[in-house]
Amino acid sequence: MIRLLLLGLAVLFAASLLVGAAGLGVPAPVILWQLRLPRTLLALLVGAGLGVSGAALQGALRNPLADPGLLGISGTAALGAVIAFYWGLAASYPPALPLAGMLGAGIGAAALLGFAGRAPTSASLILAGIGLSAAAAALLAFALALAPNPYALSELTFWLLGGVADRTLSECALAAPPILLGTALLLRLGTGLDALSLGEETAASLGLPTGRTMRRVALGTALAAGASAAIAGGVGFVGLVVPNLLRPRLGERPAALLLPSALTGALLLLAADLLVRIAVLALPLNAEPPLGVLTALLGAPFLVLLARHLGR
Amino acid sequence: MIGVRNLSVELGGRRVLDGVDFTPEPRQVTALAGPNGAGKSTLLKALCGILPRTSKLDPRRIAYLPQGARAAWGLTVEEVAFLGRIPHGDRAPAPVARALAQAGVAALARHRIDRLSGGEVRRAMLARVFATEPEVLLLDEPTADLDPRAAFAIMRLLREAAAAGRTVVVVLHAIELALRYADRLVVLDRGRITADGAPLSVLPAAAAAFGLGFGDDGLPHLLPD
Repeated sequence: MIRLLLLGLAVLFAASLLVGAAGLGVPAPVILWQLRLPRTLLALLVGAGLGVSGAALQGALRNPLADPGLLGISGTAALGAVIAFYWGLAASYPPALPLAGMLGAGIGAAALLGFAGRAPTSASLILAGIGLSAAAAALLAFALALAPNPYALSELTFWLLGGVADRTLSECALAAPPILLGTALLLRLGTGLDALSLGEETAASLGLPTGRTMRRVALGTALAAGASAAIAGGVGFVGLVVPNLLRPRLGERPAALLLPSALTGALLLLAADLLVRIAVLALPLNAEPPLGVLTALLGAPFLVLLARHLGR
Repeated sequence: MIGVRNLSVELGGRRVLDGVDFTPEPRQVTALAGPNGAGKSTLLKALCGILPRTSKLDPRRIAYLPQGARAAWGLTVEEVAFLGRIPHGDRAPAPVARALAQAGVAALARHRIDRLSGGEVRRAMLARVFATEPEVLLLDEPTADLDPRAAFAIMRLLREAAAAGRTVVVVLHAIELALRYADRLVVLDRGRITADGAPLSVLPAAAAAFGLGFGDDGLPHLLPD
């Protein structure tokens, strides 16, 4: 499975470097280095970060509906990033953007996991996530309403729709360390998540207290999903879809899903970003559809299917 | 070994345990009985060291099965048993295979636990406890909701564990199971130990704690007054 995923990633990586506005072909070096490589690397990083965040959150909350986007963590990350952007912090000090995104995601994840510790039912968790999303969306709308000029507003709006196009290599270099660090942290939590699958008391009796695991999940998610949202905006549903796609094939043990979720998330987002580029070639569109729009269009029906499956 | 001395516990402003002294012995099945809210589960958690302000114990030596334990995911029985190896930090197949056989679920190893019967789930959870190869087994109502036959089977497993030198402490609601399978019966009532001894000798105290009356023959008829 892992080998198959790596093979798929290699194929899509090559395809992503070769497909663009001009169609299929080896691009000029400037296009390769300035456009294709950054967006390919970002799709890999963001997809892996969101995939593993989804798997870890689902394991920690013992709920297959957990997702950084759905539960508002991406929303608070976007809010943090927009605030940094709005106050001009991002312009004067570029790392402020991912840092503010991570801070926002950290606050969101801590609030959510803290709440989930006391109210463990699915319904209350989803409600808390909806509340967090709504609060983040409202504050975001407020920040947009205060946007200093129409140009800033359209830039913010486009960024919020989500995407990995038109980012520079130096922006990649800013986002990569936190995403990789968060992913590495989450990949190491398998045993704690496995223990939690038998409940908090059993986990504690096995020497792995819930609080410790939850704190690490919050930190890892804040780094991986927060930095992802700060660089790529609102790319949703990857964290929700990926672990649920893998469970029928790999079993439901949380630890067994972490690495495959990171790889599948990267694969999925790279494929979606390729699809976006193919869509503009094949369909009568005058611009690429935003990546976040595509993942939402693919993810929403999946959520409905999943809800039906869980209801049975 | 393990045990508590003069243990008092308050949870949510209510005194759940009040000056309890209790030390279970190896090679014995010790049953904890008492009405709901007597503090049995709290005492078990205190022994396990997972209550706040109780001393942390070595999870390799003590295995704990909480009341109504369930798996959140559709893990296989084998995967559940492997979780018992977490305290050892290994995935040694031999103890897990022994535990599955001991709990009588070797044939179900590849089955998903969320598709098994209540008795089978309980056995799978016991396989997880056995896989740790602990010195002390702490089990909270492992026979609740089981039919008599499945309950007897679980109690026989615990007897075997005690015969193999382990310390077994089990919370039971059913006094008849304690009479039949326990070496020692400890009766808890409103946070205090009201009787402690051979099951038959503490039967009157146990019956009183449950609010049960005695028949004219001097034996409890185990029915509410």
